[in-house]
Amino acid sequence: MLTYTLRRLLLAIPTLLLISLVIFLLVDFAPGSPMSEIPLTVPPEVRQKMIEAMGADQPVFIRYLLWLRQFFWVEPAGLIDGWFGTSLAEGQQRIISWQTRSPVFVTIGQRIPQTLTVIGSAYAIGVLIALPIGIYSAYRQYSWFDQLGTFVAMVGYSVPTFFTGVLLIVIFSVNLGWFPSIYDTTLKVVDWDSFIKQVMQMALPVTVLALFNAAEISRYTRASFLDNLSQDYVRTARAKGMSEKTVVLKHVLRNSMIPVVTVIALGIPSIFAGAIITEQVFKVNGIGAALIGAIHANDLPMVQTLTFIFAVLIVLFNLIADILYGVLDPRIRYD
Amino acid sequence: MTDTTVIEKPRSFSRDVWDQFRTHKGAMAGLIVLATLILFVVVGPFIWRIDPTFVEPDAAKMIMSRNKPPTWAHPLGTDQLGRDMLARMMAGGKVSLAVGTVAMLISIFIGTFIGVMAGYFKRLDGTLMRMTDLFLALPLLPLLLVLMMLFGDRIRALLGPEAGTFLLIVFAIGVTSWMHSARIVRGQVLALKEREFVMAAKSIGTPSRRVILRHILPNVVSPIMVAATLGIAGAIITESVLSFLGLGFPPDFPTWGRLLYDGVEYMQLYPQRVMWPGLAISLTVLSVNYIGDGLRDALDPRIRGR
Repeated sequence: MLTYTLRRLLLAIPTLLLISLVIFLLVDFAPGSPMSEIPLTVPPEVRQKMIEAMGADQPVFIRYLLWLRQFFWVEPAGLIDGWFGTSLAEGQQRIISWQTRSPVFVTIGQRIPQTLTVIGSAYAIGVLIALPIGIYSAYRQYSWFDQLGTFVAMVGYSVPTFFTGVLLIVIFSVNLGWFPSIYDTTLKVVDWDSFIKQVMQMALPVTVLALFNAAEISRYTRASFLDNLSQDYVRTARAKGMSEKTVVLKHVLRNSMIPVVTVIALGIPSIFAGAIITEQVFKVNGIGAALIGAIHANDLPMVQTLTFIFAVLIVLFNLIADILYGVLDPRIRYD
Repeated sequence: MTDTTVIEKPRSFSRDVWDQFRTHKGAMAGLIVLATLILFVVVGPFIWRIDPTFVEPDAAKMIMSRNKPPTWAHPLGTDQLGRDMLARMMAGGKVSLAVGTVAMLISIFIGTFIGVMAGYFKRLDGTLMRMTDLFLALPLLPLLLVLMMLFGDRIRALLGPEAGTFLLIVFAIGVTSWMHSARIVRGQVLALKEREFVMAAKSIGTPSRRVILRHILPNVVSPIMVAATLGIAGAIITESVLSFLGLGFPPDFPTWGRLLYDGVEYMQLYPQRVMWPGLAISLTVLSVNYIGDGLRDALDPRIRGR
């Protein structure tokens, strides 16, 4: 198991490096780069100084290595400084946003809690809804519950989140006025009233994301459960005279959860991408909104960093899914 | 006495597939809905002849014609500049469906090419599959947004706002969505390569190019078709997401995603302006997904004929 984990870990490093190179070069070679946006009235020698000050006259690979160093050494060191009061990153150049003129990670640190509250609860609720629905519709295949469940899952999976979001706003905040349509980031939960307010404003975005994820996961759960229900070991278990409850909830459930757990882990990065849209619809001030804002403001360091963070998330959760698969299914480990 | 037993006619493959496909209710409903939508988008503009970009040149008239509720003259009402929503829905649908189809073709072409190369030539397999894994690990939506931001203006200046955006979006979606079809095709090719008919073709000295084109490709058409159908749905959603985030088509060039984006601003007063494009996107994607499901069942020999 250890060698398996180590091999996966080592494989993740070149992947991450390559992705970082792709992102860096893509942004660096693009025609819309800020070097071309220095006004023409600026005298040439001043322009030269500006470019030198930004380090843009260095060769590409040096800038790439410097960026990597900032990302993997200076920023974590700064984080550790913040926690323990050490001074590892003192005097080091951090990644500076061109919008706010402050370190990119300060902005990200401010934005991440909102994203995590909304997305985390949405994903948890989605999984909690999806599993029982998927299991029950597989167990009673072709029943009316299954028919309804698969139809709703198909609809939830097909209707884009930006439309469900807008639809819910029109119904529940414009017509009925039950929930606010805009997420208030400055709200602090201190007492019961503000907690209720927080729940109310989270209701719509969480519903949208949870429905979408529940649709996808319940489809997988159902398919995986169906595969296992027709296996020989199920017949054996029944023939031994085990109760139906034990057969379904112990034997079949454990075996059919193997692919579902990996799907749940693999789905986490894509839900962050989905959050970009939902945050835009409900005006949640999270990292998705930060990315869109940075793109519109041509703030390249912020864009580079956020895109790379999304990439790190994907690689990380792929790794977690791989390792989980290895833990749950020993056959995988001996390849 | 003449023998009266009638020998059953030999059944063709496509007939078998169609018979199985017909039993899938969702897929049939999807096919009907999609056909209706395509008719609406393609034939509609010949019947409903209002120009979707027509704005009343007279300012007073223009203000009078804005934000109209549905009437006989404008069955879906008008937008904030007095443009006819029905005509805009037709024009937008044409672009959305075109983007979906072309992007799907690009992605299937790349995917099939890489899948066949990786499956057929053992030397390329490792490199190409690592590349596929790398692409799968890329954060696609953020990268698409970055692509649109960085290259949008340059390409628009080069090719004009409409053709430029269209090419950029189609190309960007195609390049970022070929991975699944490449994996499916590679798996199929790996299995096919060991079959007797391929070995026979190789043993009489058929060059690789002809083995691939004559013997391998016709046998991977089924999974490619399923991937293609689902690819259209994905491409349409991606295009509308880009338009919805304001990084897709320019405002005077409607797509369903763009119409939805424009409608969000007026959502509180005129909710129907969000409903129609959203409904159109959702119906298209839903029906395409159902057709994909039905096709998968119909093309799967284990399910067909049961």
